[in-house]
Amino acid sequence: MRVLVDHFDVFVGGFWLTLQLCVLSATGALLIGTFVAILRISPVPPLRWLGGAYVTVLRNVPLTVVMFFSAFGLPALGSNADFLRIPGLSTVFSRLGIDLPYFRFAIIALSVYTGAFVCEAIRSGINAVPPGQAEAARAIGLTFTQNLRYVVLPQAWKAAIVPLGSVIIAMIKNSALAGFFGVVGDLSNSAQNLTSALGEPIIPVFVGISIGFLIMTVPLGLLLDRVEARRAVAR
Amino acid sequence: MSQQQSVLYDAPGPRARRVTLIVSVLSAVAAVIAGYFLVYRPLAEREQFTMEKWGPLIDPGNEVFGQVWTLLGEGVTATLTAAGLAIVLSLLFGTALAVLRIQLKALLRRRFTGLATSFALALRALSWLLNLVTRFCVEVFRGLPVVITIFFVARGLPDLGVEIVLPFGHEMLPYLVLGLTIYNGVVIAEILRSGMEGLPSGQRESAAAIGLTSFQTTRMILLPQAFRIMLPALISQLIVVLKDTSLGFIIGYQETLLVGRTIIQNLRNPIQVYLVIGVLFIAVNYALSKLAESVQRRLAQGRRTSTAAQPPTPPPASTLAGQQTAAGTGGSATGTATSDTA
Amino acid sequence: MRISRMAAVAASAALAVSMAACGDSGGDGTGSENPDVATPSFEAGTTMAELSEAGTMTVGTKFDQPGFGLQGLDGEPAGFDVEIAKLIAAELGIAADDIEYVEAPSAVREELLEQDRVDIVVATYTINPARKERIDFAGPYYVAGQHIMVRTDDDSITGPESFEAGDKKVCSAQGSTPAENIQEYLADAGEQLVLFDVYEKCVDALRGGQVDAVTTDNVILLGFIADNEGDFKLAGEKFTDEPYGIGVKKGDDAFRDFINDTLEKIYEDGSYAQAWESTAGEFDDNTPTGPAVDRY
Repeated sequence: MRVLVDHFDVFVGGFWLTLQLCVLSATGALLIGTFVAILRISPVPPLRWLGGAYVTVLRNVPLTVVMFFSAFGLPALGSNADFLRIPGLSTVFSRLGIDLPYFRFAIIALSVYTGAFVCEAIRSGINAVPPGQAEAARAIGLTFTQNLRYVVLPQAWKAAIVPLGSVIIAMIKNSALAGFFGVVGDLSNSAQNLTSALGEPIIPVFVGISIGFLIMTVPLGLLLDRVEARRAVAR
Repeated sequence: MSQQQSVLYDAPGPRARRVTLIVSVLSAVAAVIAGYFLVYRPLAEREQFTMEKWGPLIDPGNEVFGQVWTLLGEGVTATLTAAGLAIVLSLLFGTALAVLRIQLKALLRRRFTGLATSFALALRALSWLLNLVTRFCVEVFRGLPVVITIFFVARGLPDLGVEIVLPFGHEMLPYLVLGLTIYNGVVIAEILRSGMEGLPSGQRESAAAIGLTSFQTTRMILLPQAFRIMLPALISQLIVVLKDTSLGFIIGYQETLLVGRTIIQNLRNPIQVYLVIGVLFIAVNYALSKLAESVQRRLAQGRRTSTAAQPPTPPPASTLAGQQTAAGTGGSATGTATSDTA
Repeated sequence: MRISRMAAVAASAALAVSMAACGDSGGDGTGSENPDVATPSFEAGTTMAELSEAGTMTVGTKFDQPGFGLQGLDGEPAGFDVEIAKLIAAELGIAADDIEYVEAPSAVREELLEQDRVDIVVATYTINPARKERIDFAGPYYVAGQHIMVRTDDDSITGPESFEAGDKKVCSAQGSTPAENIQEYLADAGEQLVLFDVYEKCVDALRGGQVDAVTTDNVILLGFIADNEGDFKLAGEKFTDEPYGIGVKKGDDAFRDFINDTLEKIYEDGSYAQAWESTAGEFDDNTPTGPAVDRY
């Protein structure tokens, strides 16, 4: 277990980078997912189809493929994802601002992929709102947008919070893939490096990396269980 | 057009219909234009639409067409083999684990009266400890990325001197399957457990009333019902497993994606190959998710009368469009927590 | 992986044709004529006797290194490393067709040997002290050197020192010696280094401008330069010596001696040079004279 002490900085650095990746990707996924959910419930058929197609495609391909298209397809389209180099953000998340785009590519892949699941979580929340609510809103003359904004969405969020949390937990776990797509120094990339290049024993490294991920996922999971139990009682 | 959506707005009148039509046309045109300028043009400029790059994949007359598809076929076979083994083993392991956890919970409630006090205390301590250990294992493997689990199973087990050899398949197959089984087994166990605990308490009470032991109750009364309720979630877990086999590339298992890499190295057409692989995955998984939906509908029809035990439907399990019932969240968060991994 | 010989022969013929058609020189399907198989006898109990008896051996090699070990569309790898493995197998009385190849990415080569998943590793495997603690090396059979590849129009990089300023980005493979070596020259690995599982992705990144350079052993880079006519060039001089060895299980000295003897034999009889010319020689025509083996 000496490796945990000797390479403590590697584990901490990896944890910090994975955390940054997750925070940014979760934000992106929530934005994309909300947008796609709005498309999917809109009265305009082509927009609905677009949203539906997005969800169908993204939910049925492995993240590995999405990662690949992000890391190698975007450059083929001539993009280095520089639009993510947002001045204020780059100071906090230093990896965003550097020239190497692979951190940004990983964020895009995770956001785009997770967005589809976020969309479904939100929709399940909307489905949980009793239809009478929306009907009543229409009866008092609210428009579609008002209906969503003042009546449906506030209630939908409540029902969507648990599935959303689950999606975010899954995303944290998925972020492990970034280390295999050119992001240097996150938890999984560190695991690779410690065990192969430096020849450290495998089991201790595994323990260290696992602790890193569990710090992020387990508390969230337990929190969700709590929220859910409370909601079950409330029902 | 689902119920739920049409609830959000009135049936459109003539003006609304006109507006909708105009917006529809405009947005469709905008989408096409955006696609052309952002995707088609840059790709065409980089000669990504040449037959040289596409030919081996779509033109049966191409001299390597046969080879490429033979390879892809092998890859798909490897993917399906791994996924099939993993899902069967996960179901077995998951069911066993779910029953174990339910039993341990039941044990915790027992006071072992009628035995010597010290003995009873020891038994209670033991069941408490076992419960803690299983709980711990479940939390750990549920919280770990399946990539990491696979990676370390494949490299850690042989390191400890544990070797698994199957009479067929690629040499990394057992490790990939094992990694997937550990993770998905735990997930399925949680799905089933929450399904069993979500059943109306009357079920358990009546079973006890007619004199069934707690194990019999689980086996004959709770488990079958939990399976039925959870079938859609289980099918969607199958999709997850299928997608996760693609992580085999990390340990060198020759599945679809790794085979794709070989083709790319010889033909230099990454975008085309990955597109084809993506389409293959979408086709298989889409069929599976449609199956999950139809199963869900069947179940919903068969159970119109009982509202007591609502199927906890994980949101990604199926598109819930038009489902009248609230998306019940009877299960623990974990039923949904894992409905998507890479 | 296993396919019938007939199919493989047909396939490699087709491959050769297609390669010619594409003007691709990524090593042709089968390299040279397969070596003549000896009918040796070994002292009972040695690894040689076991392998010879079994009539088959498992070789760990690269599947993604043009010129050394690149997997073809027929599923079999081809290249200089593969030819060397065939020559060693022939000396054991094992026909080329009976060799089972296992992919040995840089990151897992020691483990493959430690866990007996392969009998030998011939995979652009640099001999170094850290690795010698876990496994043993026969050879070296070739001395490569780490080099830097850049885009043809880029003259700003002249050697590894160009990375010290911290504004140039470089790509290499996970867990490889070159990746370790280049880190000494970097101002900040997080900002300057990209690691992928295969060098192919590095080449893509270099072409797309995401990185400014790819670094690994010169011969591998020459392979990429040959494959992408005119896009890339080498910058500066090679700055390390990378002796490639053949990995065997730690402590199997008899087997190591046998491989060293075999290497010396093929240096003599010309099959070593032939192996080079039919594979990596396509883009590096300085046929090496076999380096002196190190019988430590």
